[in-house]
Amino acid sequence: MKQEMNDPGVKYIEEFRDKEMVLNLSGRIRDSVTGEYSFMEVCGGHTAAIHRFGIPSLLPPAIRLVSGPGCPVCVTGVDYIDKAVAYSRLDNIIICTFGDLMKVPGTGSSLEKERAGGADVRLVLSCLDALEIAEYNPGKTVIFLAIGFETTAPGSAVTILRAREKGIRNFRVLAAHKVMPPAMKALVTGESKLDGFICPGHVAAITGSMAFEFLPGDFGLACVVTGFEPTDILLSVLMLVKQVNSGKPAVEIEYSRAVTRLGNSIAQERLSRVFEPCDAAWRGLGMIPGSGLRLRRDFEEFDAEITFPLDIALREENRSCICGRILKGLNTPVDCKLFGKSCTPESPAGACMVSAEGACNVYYRYPE
Amino acid sequence: MCLSVPALVLRIEGDMAEVSVGGAVFRAGLQMVENVVVGDYILLHTGFAIQKLDERDAIETLELLKELNEAGNE
Ligand code: SF4
Repeated sequence: MKQEMNDPGVKYIEEFRDKEMVLNLSGRIRDSVTGEYSFMEVCGGHTAAIHRFGIPSLLPPAIRLVSGPGCPVCVTGVDYIDKAVAYSRLDNIIICTFGDLMKVPGTGSSLEKERAGGADVRLVLSCLDALEIAEYNPGKTVIFLAIGFETTAPGSAVTILRAREKGIRNFRVLAAHKVMPPAMKALVTGESKLDGFICPGHVAAITGSMAFEFLPGDFGLACVVTGFEPTDILLSVLMLVKQVNSGKPAVEIEYSRAVTRLGNSIAQERLSRVFEPCDAAWRGLGMIPGSGLRLRRDFEEFDAEITFPLDIALREENRSCICGRILKGLNTPVDCKLFGKSCTPESPAGACMVSAEGACNVYYRYPE
Repeated sequence: MCLSVPALVLRIEGDMAEVSVGGAVFRAGLQMVENVVVGDYILLHTGFAIQKLDERDAIETLELLKELNEAGNE
């Protein structure tokens, strides 16, 4: 064990998993509750961490944690998959994607099935890898599937700037990046009844905690920007409970080792140089004003949909899948008739079962 | 894909770095962070360093946890 502790890279992880501190925080939370509380974690990384570390069993029953729409794969509409599938069927196209999208079912096929059928679909760890593939394959066009929130979008922006700088002309993105604050706003003005948010720590590393200040300001909601280890999550729940008890909601930062109020200004600058806000459809939540990012006109040459317009019919997704209600915090995965039966990670019926941060996938892997 | 992990910077060449996540080595673009040197910890997200981790702030959080813990044991 000792050797593992000294391995490079586990710093900032092990010390935030201390068992004694976890139990102590759990006790403190129990001593602090004076009523019922409902907190939403909007980041899929939090959903995964909460279940992996068994956080619900460390909380009193008066505290309910609900998962929100924070898994980028899960909120990506089925039409996006259909478009990616259609592109993969064209000649001289290489599709580059993060692994999570491979198994997501479209209305007819998935990228995994297309690849098995001979399409050139490649997994990449970074958008820069996709650009490199374009550089080495000048006779083909590389389309990078650009999904993800504020954490991922600046990487696409940096890559597009580099493509321009290097004069690489066969690189495109199918852009469906989304931003979190407008979705949080849509949730609190909708049906979900919440007392506060476990705010997404890695989104905030880019945007700064200021992106969430409208939540206590306009809606009276408690907010804590939270890290991803057990003591981070429990300390944040304690801070949220105290905020609610005091009746003084604010945005506090628990994850101060990565997050400041102003965030990463370089990433913000690159992002806004290349992308601009647009309305975007979220699976389950519908159209949310200003919640998407599209390429600015000056960068249209990198937009797959503008340079290779597709003519495909929009089709409806599987009706029995209740991902949409789960993403709004109205249902949990076990409420779905298909859960664990005809929908499993090996053979998913909906997007929430695919990604390691999807609520259905997390509930499947860590049954209560 | 939305996961970001702390990674130790092993080597820097231009605006790219080699980083270690618990011994596994990855490439990380440094285009969004400033003043990163070998030995720093960064948050690695889809192949980019999205933030430098602040040791002083980490220690502060740990101190707070310790204080809460000690007060709890009294
Ligand atoms: S279990 Fe499968 S079908 Fe049901 S909501 Fe989750 S992803 Fe959709």
